[in-house]
Amino acid sequence: MKYIDEYRDGALARSIAATIAKEAVSGRHYKFMEFCGGHTHAISRYGVEDLLPPNVEMVHGPGCPVCVLPVGRIDDAIRLAMRPEVTLCTYADLMRVPASGGASLMKAKAAGADIRMIYSSMDAVLIAEAEPTRRVVFFAIGFETTTPSTALSIGLARRKQLTNFTVFCNHVLTPPAIRAILDTANLPEIERVLVDGFVGPAHVSTVIGTSPYVALAAEFEKPVVVAGFEPLDVMQAILMLVRQVNEGRSKVENQYIRAVTAGGNLIAQREIAEIFELRDSFEWRGLGELPVSALRLRHAYAQFDAEQRFDVVSVPASDNPACECGDVLRGLKKPADCKLFGTVCSPETPMGSCMVSSEGACAAHWTYGRFRDRASTNAAQTSPLKPSDVQAAA
Amino acid sequence: MCLAIPVRVEALLPDQMARVTLGGVSKVVSIALVENVQVGDYVLLHVGSALTRLDPVEAERTLALMREAAVPGLSASEAAAA
Repeated sequence: MKYIDEYRDGALARSIAATIAKEAVSGRHYKFMEFCGGHTHAISRYGVEDLLPPNVEMVHGPGCPVCVLPVGRIDDAIRLAMRPEVTLCTYADLMRVPASGGASLMKAKAAGADIRMIYSSMDAVLIAEAEPTRRVVFFAIGFETTTPSTALSIGLARRKQLTNFTVFCNHVLTPPAIRAILDTANLPEIERVLVDGFVGPAHVSTVIGTSPYVALAAEFEKPVVVAGFEPLDVMQAILMLVRQVNEGRSKVENQYIRAVTAGGNLIAQREIAEIFELRDSFEWRGLGELPVSALRLRHAYAQFDAEQRFDVVSVPASDNPACECGDVLRGLKKPADCKLFGTVCSPETPMGSCMVSSEGACAAHWTYGRFRDRASTNAAQTSPLKPSDVQAAA
Repeated sequence: MCLAIPVRVEALLPDQMARVTLGGVSKVVSIALVENVQVGDYVLLHVGSALTRLDPVEAERTLALMREAAVPGLSASEAAAA
């Protein structure tokens, strides 16, 4: 397929890897964070880590909207869905995310809640139009990539004068999350993630452009290379990061020039600004409360805001205490460092959000990397937890 | 979640919609976010909306830069200058 196959050429990937190995200075360790789950997925799926020299290390970042959504917001969505008059429309990724008390949207649906998986937020508008007696709530999540589509849907619902369509908005912003990873001055040393640079967001950047990262790169003196989600894109971005580090530069560079510009998509930015405004603060799983890091509907669009229409009062809820998703999301731990990984927690029975989404670090490692771990560590295993231990801990 | 795939625009439809194809799969999607979409363009599709048009010139330039980066013996500065 055009624009896909040519960026998955294995021979070319190995030659770029050879160049990376040649240019990475021996004796120096390079640690880069790929922000996006899409990059995490590509790195795991195509074995990019196996191509890199031992002194170039990749750390997974928090760029997976399903993973960073706090448990309390899933609880809110389940409460909404349990209302008899409500039809909750959601992207399939969210169905199996564990909520409080062992609940999930999937279990709520099995218990009779009207929950429907949709491909596009526009489908939710069409459901609301076709079924005027139902109160249709769209469970909106996602970074800047996904927000414009939600904005278009709200615009469409307004033009259709629908009164039974609302959005439960959980859209979050990328630059504040990057800042939270970098701004470690007030953290104890053990909680600091020390990275030498970032593989920057691919499709988020098609919307916001590369310019929002410029201030971050300058302030924290870390290079950012915006990269596509194909394996050759990632390899080239890593090479560009190695070169910046070697030359002592910390600039924003764009590897994904076929899709990303400095200014981004101005129409999409206008659509977002028309309908959404910044929240003062929002909770992220793993990163905690982050100031001005998420969006809510503007007052003029209050009639489409599920939080206002249904008086949603979020109750903070805690993760399974044995789950290390929080530290995995911040790059402090690798999936295999979690005692639940691959024992009681697997994509079939996820304990934490990072095991649910296919781009979550744990799910990616489970699918593509766990046998490599087993081969390399083999005997030196920690004792696996039994399901009964986890229930006792929860 | 942020997955977006390159699809070819096959036909322009009313209300800023278009029919697109990828690997034999055809779908009607919104092109409201991208200006002046033409039949034959490739756009990045995400949850039912086109996010941007893929630039064929920059795509070819990316592949050329990759091939250059892969040439053994080429120095970093020569590759950057190319």
